[in-house]
Amino acid sequence: MNRRDFLNLSLKGLAGITLAKGLDEIFQPREGLASSKLVRWVFLVDTYKCIGCGFCVKACKLENEIPLEANVSRTWVERYVVTRGGRVFADTPKEARDGFTTSRVDLGMGRYQDMKRENIDKAFFVPKLCNQCAKPPCVQVCPVGATYQTADGVSLVDRKWCIGCGYCIMACPYGMRFFHPVYQVAEKCNFCYHRITKGMKPACVQACPTGARKIGNIKDPQDPVANIIMTQRVSIHKPEYGTNPQVYFIGLSEEVR
Amino acid sequence: MVLEELWTIKELFTYPNEYIYWSIQIVMYPFMTGLVAGAFVLSSLYHLFGIKQLKEIARFSLVFSFALLIVAPLPLLLHLQQPQRNYFVYMTPHFSSAIAAFGVVIFIYGAIVASEIWFLYRKHLVEGSVKLKNQLNKSLAEKIRYRVYTVLTLGVFDISERTLRQDAKAIKILAGVGVPVACFLHGYAGFIFGSVKANALWMTPLMPVIFIMSAIVSGVALCMLTYIITMEVKKFRAARKTPFPIYQTREEIKGVEIDVVRRTARYLLFFLISSISLELLDLIFRGYTAVKSWDILRRVIYERDFVDIFIFQYTLGNLFPFILLLIPRLTIRRAIPALFLVLLGVFMMRWNVVIGGQSFSLTFSGYMNYRLPIIPHSLETFKEGLFGALLIGALPFVLFWIFSKIFPVFDPEESH
Repeated sequence: MNRRDFLNLSLKGLAGITLAKGLDEIFQPREGLASSKLVRWVFLVDTYKCIGCGFCVKACKLENEIPLEANVSRTWVERYVVTRGGRVFADTPKEARDGFTTSRVDLGMGRYQDMKRENIDKAFFVPKLCNQCAKPPCVQVCPVGATYQTADGVSLVDRKWCIGCGYCIMACPYGMRFFHPVYQVAEKCNFCYHRITKGMKPACVQACPTGARKIGNIKDPQDPVANIIMTQRVSIHKPEYGTNPQVYFIGLSEEVR
Repeated sequence: MVLEELWTIKELFTYPNEYIYWSIQIVMYPFMTGLVAGAFVLSSLYHLFGIKQLKEIARFSLVFSFALLIVAPLPLLLHLQQPQRNYFVYMTPHFSSAIAAFGVVIFIYGAIVASEIWFLYRKHLVEGSVKLKNQLNKSLAEKIRYRVYTVLTLGVFDISERTLRQDAKAIKILAGVGVPVACFLHGYAGFIFGSVKANALWMTPLMPVIFIMSAIVSGVALCMLTYIITMEVKKFRAARKTPFPIYQTREEIKGVEIDVVRRTARYLLFFLISSISLELLDLIFRGYTAVKSWDILRRVIYERDFVDIFIFQYTLGNLFPFILLLIPRLTIRRAIPALFLVLLGVFMMRWNVVIGGQSFSLTFSGYMNYRLPIIPHSLETFKEGLFGALLIGALPFVLFWIFSKIFPVFDPEESH
């Protein structure tokens, strides 16, 4: 190959690449393939309605194949007890899988604190699940792109691509992620994406007997959940991390961690 | 049972999924890359800045750096839940992640160190190859050596004066490019931790700088220590009247040895001071600004991890060796414990960052206690246990021993 041929071929190759890239930019196949741009899933937790039965946790574990006995979970319920002296006790025994059946607070390492009714100023339950952050740090730190955000706002994990480095687990300020005990890859709540994309409700929402958990579409003005979020006073968990969570709470007290 | 429950004990209020996910191997990872970077910077002080006093130790630390470099990614590999997918990091790097650049950085750095070693020992390789080629009745060892030498020359047998001058120039350029890359390799390991905004102990822009300084400290200390040990072996051989090519007597070796150790110790002290200052600055700043997380950090630093941080890291690992090295007329006998303590200090610093950073809950009202698995009951407890860490710690020495069979690491006459 002489110099002329080489230059000729290089230029043609370059033009080809530019054209392909340009067409890709113009037609944006990704946008066409993505699920409707008119959906952005949000979640509403009404802590006043939660009775700590733990049905949501059990339903989630069954639906999403998280072994019932494994001490990890995509969702859980926290119990907060504030005593007269202002001390805060909190626990989530077995992720509240079996509900809260005793008034003793679990302190870990086999120790418990007995709570006397007359000493309690206030006590309440807070269900937790993945916040499906608009700016998810877990997606940012994945070194191989195995975890990604869908167009409708849910962060998912590709079990076939996750290398199991655990960086996403470290990056989540809410402790939502863990290694799946069976598949040994990163695992997290995905609002039951396999259900919501087929018009069903997430397992936890369906199992909740009091309606403390609700899912909605913030881009739909007719959506009752979106309506509550837009017209009432709601708060988000740990806004200081700048992750822009999309799970909204009603009655999130300052004791909540 | 969840795997991490094997070594995590949870206390008070923690989220259900919180465990110590990054355990001993992730302590080993920054420790090993730190040694790589430190060893390389030490060798570059001679090659780049022409600090003649370090000539003796420079070639040695370059080869040692390469041995360490090969081992450095192994703790990460052992730690992965899906180690067979490790190459995904190179195939589909997701560059918004700090870890994604790992493949790029380590390959660039590896290429720099490998080519610098090649230029440095090219003359030796060519001469060895030519000499063995002409030799009749080669033994098996000599045959292997001939093959290795010949392959390593990469087919370039020109060792005229002019090409050797070009080699020297190439070494200087590579050493120059290598220093920032070495610092990047390790500063970047610091960035992996420092950029995790969810972790109150890790998140500080000082983290990469602290990592670089302590990296150089540990690398220099390990090179000095290995240098002393090999020189002691030489002395021992000389005392037994085994003819040795360069140093004839025990006293001559001793003279050179203490000279090198004293000169290198000065650089070690300088980096040690920088490293301690930065770490203290970080601690004081956190205490002074006392943001939300300080309450739990204070309890972790001053109460729960007090022994690990203030006794092992600062007193035994920093203060003691600092005094030992600072007292005039440094002797080998005094240098050895001081250097061991320096290495302990840097290891404990890595430990206190990695394990300490995970020893408190994201709730800021609970703790996670780490119990290092000692007796391996399974592959997992071996990998994430004491023996897995010891394996990683021992491997560079084995590699270095193999390399020293090929390259005349201690022989000043054989290279530039």
